[in-house]
Amino acid sequence: MKSKLLEVVVLAAAVSLGAPAAIAQDEEITIVGSTTVQPLAELLGGAWEAMNPGVTVTVSGGGSSVGVTTIGAGNCDIGTASREITTAEMSRYPNLRVFTIAKDGIAIITNQDNPLSNLSSAQVRDIFTGDISNWSEVGGPDEGIVVVSREEGSGTRTAFEELVFASSAIITGLAILQPSNGAVMTTVSTTPGSIGYVSFGYLNDSVRVLSINGVVPTAANAVAGRYPIVRPLEMLTNGDPSPAVQAFLDFILGSEGQAIAVDEGYLSISE
Amino acid sequence: MSIRKAGMTRKHLSDLVMKSIFRISAFASVAIVVLIGLFILREALPAFREIGVWKLLTGTEWRPGQNLFGLLSMIAGSGLVTLGAIVLGLPLALGCGIFMAEIAPAWIRGIVKPSIELLAGIPSVIFGLFGMVVLVPLVRGIDYPGNAGFGLLSASIVLAVMILPTIASVSEVAIRSVPDEYRQGALALGSTRWETIRKVILPAARSGILSAVVLGLGRAVGETIAMIMVIGNSVMMPTAAGGDPLGIFLSRARTLTGNIAVEMNYATGLHSQALFATGVILFLLIMVINSTARALMARSMGSSR
Repeated sequence: MKSKLLEVVVLAAAVSLGAPAAIAQDEEITIVGSTTVQPLAELLGGAWEAMNPGVTVTVSGGGSSVGVTTIGAGNCDIGTASREITTAEMSRYPNLRVFTIAKDGIAIITNQDNPLSNLSSAQVRDIFTGDISNWSEVGGPDEGIVVVSREEGSGTRTAFEELVFASSAIITGLAILQPSNGAVMTTVSTTPGSIGYVSFGYLNDSVRVLSINGVVPTAANAVAGRYPIVRPLEMLTNGDPSPAVQAFLDFILGSEGQAIAVDEGYLSISE
Repeated sequence: MSIRKAGMTRKHLSDLVMKSIFRISAFASVAIVVLIGLFILREALPAFREIGVWKLLTGTEWRPGQNLFGLLSMIAGSGLVTLGAIVLGLPLALGCGIFMAEIAPAWIRGIVKPSIELLAGIPSVIFGLFGMVVLVPLVRGIDYPGNAGFGLLSASIVLAVMILPTIASVSEVAIRSVPDEYRQGALALGSTRWETIRKVILPAARSGILSAVVLGLGRAVGETIAMIMVIGNSVMMPTAAGGDPLGIFLSRARTLTGNIAVEMNYATGLHSQALFATGVILFLLIMVINSTARALMARSMGSSR
C-alpha cells in the first residue's frame, strides 16, 4: 500500500520534472507585459514558431508596468508596454532598449442607442472628468452619461489620459472601472448612455465608434496623424538583444510582421 | 509468539509513520497561514510607514497616480455589500435550513440538499457573469438618478445567492442538533409546530445559527471576481444620489478585494505596497470574523449538551 503510494509520487515527480527538460533543449523566447500587446505578440510568436521549428515563444500578460519591471529585472527575454516608457522607468533601468513594433489608436465608444457620432476632444475631456454629465449638453438626448474607464495604471488608461487630458485632469470618481478592454466593450455595449475607450484592435459592431473633431478613427487617419489618440506599442530588451531575440524582432519590424499587425487592426510603423 | 511480536512491531511502526505524516500535514497548513500573513505584512510595511495607518483607514481618496491612498470608501463598499447580502440572503437561507431540518419529508430533502450543495459548487465567476448579463440590466430599470445597474444592489443580490448554501447548511445542522426532547416537550404542552420552531428550536439553536451567519459574512467579505463584475469598481464613497437613504444601494462602489484584484497587475512601488496593505486589512477582518464564528460555535456545542 505504502510502496504503491511512493510509486505514484515518484512517477508524478518524474513527469513534472521531465516536461520542462524536454523543451529546454530548444530556443525559448519569453514575452511578458501589456495586455494590449499580448494578442498581437501571440500571433507574431505563432507565426515565428511556424517558420522556425524548435523555437518556442511564450507570451504572458500582466500589464505595461509589469512588462517594464520584469524585463528591467532580467526575468524575461522581451518586455512589452502599450504606452511611452516614463523617464522614471528609464532612469531605474538604464539598459532598456525600446523597439516600437506598431502603433495603436484608442477609439471612443458609446452604446448603440446613442445617436451622436462626433465629439470634440474638449467635449471628450469634459465628459471623462465629469464636468459634462448629460448627453443633452453635447447635443444628444436628455440622458445621464455613464463613464466607463480602465483601472488606474492600465497602459490604455495612461495613454488616454496623456493624449486627451493635456493638464493634470482626472477621470471622474463616478466612472465604472473595468479591468480589461473586453470588459469595457461588454459594459458599454450593454449600458445605455455609457461612453468608454478601447484599443482599435478590440472594436466591433456591438458599440458605436465616435469621430473625434470630425475625424473617423480609422487606421489611415491615425497613420496620417489626423486622428489624435494614438500610442506606441513597445517591445523592450535588457541590453542588446540575443541573436535569437534579434531575429524575432527583425521579423516583427519587417514586412511580414507588420502585415500581421495591420491585419489585427493596429498601425504599421513603416508608414 | 515471535511471529505475533513481529506483527505488532510492524503495526506499531506504521502507526508511527502515519502519525508523523499527519503531524507534518497539520503543521504545514499552520506554517502556510503564518508565512502568507508574514509575507503580506512585510510587503505592506513600507506603505503603513509612508502613508500612515490612520490615513489609509480614514482617507476617502484613492488616486495612486497622485499618491493618495485612502481605503475608507472601499471599507464602506465591502461593509455595505456584505450588509445587503445578509439582509437579502439570511431570511431565504434560514427558511431553507428550517425547512430541511424540521419540515421536509426525506424525499424532498433528498432533492433540496444536493441542489444547495450544487449551488455552493458553482464557480463565482459564473455568478458574476449571471449578475452582469441578467441582474444588472434588471436593476438598471429602477428609475433613480445616476443608476446604471452596476452597483451595490446588484452585488448584494449576487452575494446573497452565494452565501445562501453556507448559511442554509450550517443552520440546518444547528437546528438538527437541538435534542428531540425539546420538540416533544413543546408539542406535548400543546404548542403548534410553528410555535415550537419559533419559541423553542430557534432559540436553542441560536448560537449555531449565529455562527452560520458569521461564516456567511466571511465568505461575503472575501468574494472577489463576482463583485468586480457587477459592482462598478468606482473609487467613490457610496452615496444616495436621490436623497432617499435606501438609494445608497444603487450607488457604485469598490470592495477591498476588488481593489487588489483590479489594480495589482499594473501596480509598482508604493501603489503595490498600498495594495498589500489592503490585503493586511482584509486579512485582519477575516481573522476577526473567523474567531467570532469559532467562539459562537464553541458556545453552541456547549449549550446543546
